[in-house]
Order: sequence, then structure tokens, then C-alpha cells
Amino acid sequence: MIKVNGRDREWEENLTVDLLLKKCKYSFPLIMVKVNSKYIPKEKYKDTSIMDNDDVQVIHSIAGG
Amino acid sequence: MFEGSKENQKLLASFEFEPGKVEKGYTDRRLYINLSENKIEEKPIDLQVKETFTGGRGYGIWYLWDAVSSKTKWNDPENEIIFCTGPICGVTQYSGTGKTHVVTLSPETGTVNDNNVGGYLAPFLKFSGWDLLEIRGKAKEDVIIFIDGNKGKVIIEEVPGINSDTYLLVEKLTERYADDEKDKRNLSIVSSGRGAENTNLGILNVTWYDVRRRKVRIKQAGRGGTGSVFREKNILAIVTKYTGVNAGSNNAAYPELITKAGRRLTKEILELDHMQCGMREIGTVNLIDHMQNYNCLPVHNCKFGSHPDAIKIDSKVWHQRLTQNQAGDSCWVGCAMRCSHAVDGFELTTGPLIGEKVLVDGPEYETTAGFGGNCGCFDPDFILEANFYCDNYGMDTIGVSTTMAFLMECYENNIINKEITEGLELNFGNAKAALELIHQMAEGKGFGKIAGLGIRQIKKILVEKYGADAEFLQDIGMECKGMEFSEYVTKESLAQQGGYGMANKGPQHDENWLIFMDQVNNQIPTFEDKAAAIRYFSLFRTWFSLVGLCKLPWNDIEPEDNKQKYHGMEAAKVPEHVENYCWLFEGVTGKRISPEELILQSERVHNLQRIFNLKMGFGTREHDIIPYRAVGPVTAEEYESRKELYDQQLKEILKFNIKNKTTEEKVKALRDYREEQYQKLCDAVYNRRGWDSNGVPTLERIKKLKIDFPEVVELVKEYRS
Repeated sequence: MIKVNGRDREWEENLTVDLLLKKCKYSFPLIMVKVNSKYIPKEKYKDTSIMDNDDVQVIHSIAGG
Repeated sequence: MFEGSKENQKLLASFEFEPGKVEKGYTDRRLYINLSENKIEEKPIDLQVKETFTGGRGYGIWYLWDAVSSKTKWNDPENEIIFCTGPICGVTQYSGTGKTHVVTLSPETGTVNDNNVGGYLAPFLKFSGWDLLEIRGKAKEDVIIFIDGNKGKVIIEEVPGINSDTYLLVEKLTERYADDEKDKRNLSIVSSGRGAENTNLGILNVTWYDVRRRKVRIKQAGRGGTGSVFREKNILAIVTKYTGVNAGSNNAAYPELITKAGRRLTKEILELDHMQCGMREIGTVNLIDHMQNYNCLPVHNCKFGSHPDAIKIDSKVWHQRLTQNQAGDSCWVGCAMRCSHAVDGFELTTGPLIGEKVLVDGPEYETTAGFGGNCGCFDPDFILEANFYCDNYGMDTIGVSTTMAFLMECYENNIINKEITEGLELNFGNAKAALELIHQMAEGKGFGKIAGLGIRQIKKILVEKYGADAEFLQDIGMECKGMEFSEYVTKESLAQQGGYGMANKGPQHDENWLIFMDQVNNQIPTFEDKAAAIRYFSLFRTWFSLVGLCKLPWNDIEPEDNKQKYHGMEAAKVPEHVENYCWLFEGVTGKRISPEELILQSERVHNLQRIFNLKMGFGTREHDIIPYRAVGPVTAEEYESRKELYDQQLKEILKFNIKNKTTEEKVKALRDYREEQYQKLCDAVYNRRGWDSNGVPTLERIKKLKIDFPEVVELVKEYRS
């Protein structure tokens, strides 16, 4: 189990930041990702693995209407 | 149609004035017109009003408060329609500074309404010498009000028998009032249309001249029926002419501060927008993809938050349809955001202009989501045609589409039928019937006569005349305070439910938009967090309307490192842009302001607006209740569509044993819980705002805000709990 924005989510093997964003349908371009409080730059999404019990924050800057 | 012949007009009144001198962003005077008496006057802005309410909507609400009694109705002559500028309005070195704010009593809500709109009106008004244009009374026949800011002249001309629809009217008026092609850029026209005459959903269109396209462009003051007030007063158009806008037009105190803020923002927009929201490419319609992906796109009267056919109206489609790289897409001079996109040469297939190839201003996100998702018509051509005709007729695309979605659900539930709709098959997805209904609404004919009343009045008719179930209609009729919801599904965001329900004028997103901070980012989990966000952001957004700004350059673009430098709610404030606003305010007015003082300026106006609602018989807790469709699943069908999510919530949050329970039992259990949550949120927000448990500002709060004028105190005392 991992946490995504404070909510539980099933962990799976070979999960990366990039894959997690796709699975969550997090399409918005203006987001900031932290794994266990460590900031992950966009260019490292594909190479950054997410391990079981990790705490992931995906903060969207969507502004709305 | 209007022939542009000056001989046909009858001059009713003429007024000469000293062309305006703007001093540090203000002119300190208002242009007052009484159409019943053909009177035009200059009036001062009192110093106390300036110091208390800052400008713009703050002025508008105060002078309207002064003009009407608690018995005044929207269509009484004493109701005023007030066009407001603001001290920062008209700055050409910073993006998004051309907004007009319009204040009047709404035909939908019966109380004070405010709208903001782009186009060149407010800057031209101010540079002509007027902080406000205040119109009272009612003309006997249609009139045009012409304000020549350079010559210092205002005239009222009677022009009976002219078609009020915007598209052709503003072209003709531009030809008529401009001296030559070059002079067209010096005009801004306010108009509406026949839809505003025949419905409660009237809008105002405000123009600017697109020099590159050689076309008149329009933006809309859309919500609450402001255009219906305009046409009720028999105003065909207001034409403002001003030549000579430049970077010094505001006679700013410290221009270097304005330049500093402007350079910083423009650099961000040019370097980052294509990687962020893409406002310069497609504008607000970029939101369609994200609302669909995050289950917030209104589908079938907000039953659902996404739909497989949404791909037919997503941002890729609009990127192809919207004409790209048009410098004329800035709705005020110097705006680098340039988000007022348009489709050129669109051929109409219905209505009075059938076969014409027209320019469609838009579509914006709300129009696309409303007609596309909420009415289930995932067809770009339909959306463009509906967009065009609503603008042309002077009708609100949000109000019309949300009302239509409600009627479609009523039709599918046999609450209304072909007999009642006079033959229209109003199923979700029936674009042909939807277009026919738009034309009928504009004409005030057929079923359009009922549809044009808006959801609150339609519900009453369906219950009283056709025996419909009042409770079900209350659940699915997406209105609050009489105004239709704008186009977001809020079921999974308690904060946005409150943002809509506790907004002063009704459920429009310009007071609060917290869905992602709440539902997706989970940054405001407690009631106290949500209340703090609802208080702060509603006040921060109010500030734009006091000073004449557009909201979009605040957070539809942000510094690249905003999220690394700042966290949580602080990051959502975009602190460097707040700093820009402080620089702008000081740069123009000469008064140094802190971010906290900026909020205080708003709080005075926000509280007065709440108290204005009290004056008109609203403004208490019961009026902040929203339909359950905005809170959770009303029907078994809705519950089943997100069964996994709702089952999980029942099990984990409520410890509710779902085994062997019917869907209806689960719907009820979830409803009991969610309605209780909403009430707790109201308590937290009222407390945070310094209001009592009935949602009324306390005497202590209004004294602290220095808005304890005798009539305000007297009114609040009546409601003390």
C-alpha cells in the first residue's frame, strides 16, 4: 500500500512516478511531485521508482474558472 | 435592421463635461443618467466611500445599496445598472487590467448581482473621466447612450424599432460612430439582444475592435440576468469613444513599480504558458480534458463527472478549430495572456442568420462543458452554434445550458413530455431540439417562454401546474439563490460545495474555485482548513473586482518554482503574483498596501454584499442550501456509476455495513452523512468570517470593518440571533 495525497492506494511492482500519474489520470501539466517529501523533477518521472509504503504527493496547480 | 442613418434618431438629452483627468487611477466622479427623466449629471465619489470601498464593484454595491429599497424589484425604474472601473483598470503594462464590473439587482435572484467582463469599456469610461456609469430609470423607447470622452459629451438618442441582437448591431454601430477604419479601435459598445428581453438570463456583450481581423469582438457579463435589466430599461446600446490610451493614462504615482510587475508577469507568460495552461493557444477550454480526467465535468445535468464522448470536445479539437496566433485575442491593450480566442468563418445551420459565415467568440470552458457535457451534446459544431446564438441573442450560456440540462432530465423522467414542450424531444444529446429551444427562448415563444425563466421559476411551475415532485426537483435543479450553477461537478469536493453555496450572488465560480486543492490535492482536509480557504480565496478573488482586474493572470500562469518555494494553501495563493498586485496598487495609487490589507479591502465589500442580501430578504443560512445533486448521488443510477468509491466511503468513513443493503439504502446513508458535513462546513465558514450561526455578519465584525453605517447596523440588529 502507498499513500497518494494522503489517501491509500494499492502498490504494484515496477511502479514509477510516470506510471502512477497515468494510472491516476493525472493529466494536468502543472503539477509538483514529491516522494517521501523529496521533490522529483519532471525529467525524472520515468526513472523514479515508487516502493511499497511510499508517501507520494502530487500537487496540482489547476486554477479553475 | 439598423441603417446607421443619423436622421432617424431623436435626441432626448445632451450633456457636456470637462474631459476627465485621472489622478493616481481615480477620477473621483461618476456619470449619473436617469432614463425616466432624460437627466444626465456629474456626481462626486465621496471620500469616505473611496476609503471604505476602494473602487469598482465596491463603489457599485454601495451606490446601488443607496439607490434601492428592500422592496425594489429588478424591473422597477429605481433599480440601477452600474458599470464600474477601478484604480488599476486600464494599466497597459500588466496583463488583464481591462475588466468592467457591472452591478444591478438580478431578475434571477432578486438581490444584488455582480459580473465582470473584458473588452475596452471600463478603461475608456475612466479615461473619459468617470469611475462609474450609473444608470437609473427606464426609457420609453429604445435608446443609445453615446459617451464621447475626448469631446466631453454625453447624449441619449431615441432609436425605436431596431433589432437588438448583438452580432449585426455592434458592426453597424461601429461603422456609425467611428470616423474611419483607424478610429474603430477607439470604440467600445455594450449591447444585448432579444433573448435578454424575453428571458431572465440576459447578458451584456462588451466590444473591442480586433484590428488584425477587422472585426468587432465581444466578451460577456454573463450571470444573473444583467442583460435583462439593460433591455428592461430599453437601452439598445451604450457607445463609449475615447482616443489616446497610453501607459501614462492612469497618471500613476510610481510607474516604475507597475513596469516592474508587468515585466515579471509578461516574462512568465511568454516563457511558461505553453507548458502550463496553454491560455494563449486555447484559453479556458483547456479545462475540458482535466475536468473529464478528474471526474468534475458536468455530464447529464451533473449526474456524472465524465463521459467517453468527451474526447470529441477536448482541447485537441479546439486547438484545431480556434484560429491561432491572433494578436487581436487580447481583450484589453497589453494583455499577454491573450486568451479571448475565436472561430472564424463558422457557417450557421439554424436561426435568423442561417447560412451566414460568422465569427464565434469562444467557446470558453463553461460554454463547452455546459452544452457539450451537461446537455450531453458532444458535438463541436452544435457548441459553436449554441455559443454564437446565445451571445447574439444576449443570453447567458451557463444559465441556458444548466437550465436545459435540468429540463432534459425532467424530460427523461417523464416530468415533462412532448405535450408540455410543444413537440420538442428534449432527451440528453438531442442537439437539434436544444438549438430549437435556444431560438424559442430568445423569441419568448413556445416552450422557450417557460425555459427562459430559469430553473427556480420552472420548478415552481412544474410543481404547481403539472404536479411534479417538489423534493426531486429541488434535488436535481442545479440552482442556489435562484442562479444556475456554473459547470463543475462538486460531489467529491465539500469545499467547492461551500464555495458555491455560500457565494454572495449565487453559485458562480468567480468567488471560489477550490475543487483541486480539496478533492485531488487533499490539502484542506479539516473543516477549519476548508473554511480558511473559502474565506481567503473568496476575498482574494473579490479584490480583482474592486480594482478592475481579470482573475486569469493570477493563477492560470505561475512562476516555475512556485511549488518548490511555497507549500499547501500558501502555494495556491501564488505569493509572487500577490506581490505584483501590491506593487500595482501602490504604483497606481501611491498607497503602500500589504497582502493582509488587500484582503481587508475585499472583506468590507464582501460583508456589505452579504448584508445587501439581507436587505433584499435573503442572506441567511437557509439561502446557502444547495441542491443535493451538488453534494452527492441523488439516484441509484448515479450511485451505481461510482459504486466502488461510494461503497468504500460508507465502509471506511461511516463504518456502515453495506452487506445486503440495497442501492437506495446506501444512497440514503450517504446522503445523511454528506448533508450533515455540509452543515458543519457552513458553521465553520460563518465562524471564520465573523458571522453568526445564521450566516449574518456580527455587529462586532461590521464595526471592525468600519462599515457600521446607521442603516447597516439597524439591518443587522434585526437579524441578531
